[in-house]
Amino acid sequence: MQIFRSPFWAPRFVAAIAILAGLMSLALVPRTADAIEIDVTPGNINPLPIALPSFLGTSGEAQELGANITSVIANDLRRSGFFNPLPPESYIEQITSFDQEPRFADWRQIQAKALVTGQAVMDGGKLRAEFRLWDVGSQQQLLATQFTTNPKNWRRTAHIIADAIYKQLTGIDGYFDTQVVFIDESGPKNKRVKKLAIMDQDGANVRLLSDGRDLVVTPRFSPSSGEVAYMSYGRGDPRVVLYNIETKQREIVGEFPNVSFAPRFSPDGQSVIMSLLEGGNSNIYVLDLRSRQVRQLTNTPAINTAPSYSPDGSQIVFESDRGGTQQIYTMNADGSNQQRISFGDGRYSTPVWSPKGDYIAFTKMYRGRFAIGVMRPDGSGERLLTEGFHNEGPTWAPNGRVIMFFRDQPGENGGPKLYSVDITGYNEQQVPSPGFASDPAWSPLLN
Amino acid sequence: MLQRIAHFKLALICCLFLAVAACSKKATNNLEAGMGAAPGTEQEFTTVVGDRVFFLEDQSTLTSEAQETLRRQAAWLKKYPDVTVQVEGHADERGTREYNIALSARRATAAREFLIAQGVPARRISSIAYGKERPVAMCDAEQCWSQNRRAVTVITGGARTS
Repeated sequence: MQIFRSPFWAPRFVAAIAILAGLMSLALVPRTADAIEIDVTPGNINPLPIALPSFLGTSGEAQELGANITSVIANDLRRSGFFNPLPPESYIEQITSFDQEPRFADWRQIQAKALVTGQAVMDGGKLRAEFRLWDVGSQQQLLATQFTTNPKNWRRTAHIIADAIYKQLTGIDGYFDTQVVFIDESGPKNKRVKKLAIMDQDGANVRLLSDGRDLVVTPRFSPSSGEVAYMSYGRGDPRVVLYNIETKQREIVGEFPNVSFAPRFSPDGQSVIMSLLEGGNSNIYVLDLRSRQVRQLTNTPAINTAPSYSPDGSQIVFESDRGGTQQIYTMNADGSNQQRISFGDGRYSTPVWSPKGDYIAFTKMYRGRFAIGVMRPDGSGERLLTEGFHNEGPTWAPNGRVIMFFRDQPGENGGPKLYSVDITGYNEQQVPSPGFASDPAWSPLLN
Repeated sequence: MLQRIAHFKLALICCLFLAVAACSKKATNNLEAGMGAAPGTEQEFTTVVGDRVFFLEDQSTLTSEAQETLRRQAAWLKKYPDVTVQVEGHADERGTREYNIALSARRATAAREFLIAQGVPARRISSIAYGKERPVAMCDAEQCWSQNRRAVTVITGGARTS
């Protein structure tokens, strides 16, 4: 699909309002002098009050689309934890014209720091969504953009607008125009039916991509988001399968004599890295999808699995029990220089390199509890973000700021659900899913 | 007679390892089923010989009890040379998905190699690693997890039907 973006009114003065600069920076990063002092300890944060009056519409249909777009934007911003969309009942000024400057005093009075105005226009069967972002305090327009698209893409348009607002006010790239591939789970624990599924990051537009006859686990997006690699217990031995979302074609990855599992794409999308079972051992291999050339990267009589590339493709992080228990190791992309990086108490598993390169997220098992944490690629600076009965399988939003994972509920009728958390460990949110859900993998920003 | 003794022994071991209430019921059922199982049938294999062995947490070493069960399995398989089996490796839910697939493969391999060492031809035994995907006991306690950490020898062909 195409969404055309055009700035139609260049910002008169791009005031780099530092409203959120302090809030955005991690505790480790020194705050800028003009930032509002905000405590980033979990549960004690002041989200930015933002007013989002419903987008105006030039027709009945446009009005409805405008209202829907506004609510998706508000939901995205609220869920990020950095924004507090104010209740529309509190608004004093009723926006009646998109081209008129808002009465800033009215918005200041309800404590709004930022204001978004917009309108939806139906034009020759196309939807044109226009918006302006205002800094209420300085009375400046910060952003003004319009998007033209097929009306059925209104949700993506809303996410793109939310990304633009988020980026303008936080300085961090957005992540709302993204999808999540995951495993939809149903049925009792001992007879779970697992289906490959895709949805928008906010839980909308769920699509099931398999019928549940084959047991499927660990789906991962290709960098273009056009393909998914996953492990399937189909006919015969379990194998890593490549699924093309558009053509719906499935293809077994490589011609291996043994079970292949734990796949991930290389950052350039040209290779799939995975584990192969060899009797009681598992080693890591990389397959070039074009030349079909296979290269063995680990060769130890141990379990070596869950490989994940660094964003520049030069390194790989993985887990191995070669030292006796599950621990995290890194190596160069050619398999050289394998070294252990996790040294804390407990077992470490499912490492995933941040798309920004600065952190590795992992599952940590300690005293019968399961935590999600992050550490630097050299193993330093370990921090746990959430901890409990069973948290597993982190995946990164493309901006390297938010982590999604699954949390299994105890009990015979319990099952997993998806959650997201900021890398500061604050703003934990359940991600809506139709049923039980596990093994999430976040897509890059869509194109 | 020999088989009956073996079965009683199995039931006893079972009781020592599993929750007593749940187990004594299971053992009684097994006994009844075992008494009616015809020789060479799948029923005889599962109820009299014993189709599964259990592992300690994060381990794939065969305990002496597991080895005893596998010896009975090997003897039975040698007695019925047309039978083919698949050894299913399983892990409990207290581990991460990918690792548990690999761990369950280790368990299946340990059981399979033991059967081969006892003289069962390798070509009759395939194996599969289910990780934590197929638990049999569903509570959130060691008494269930210990039943899920298992290698199950499943007959895939060649058994008598009655």
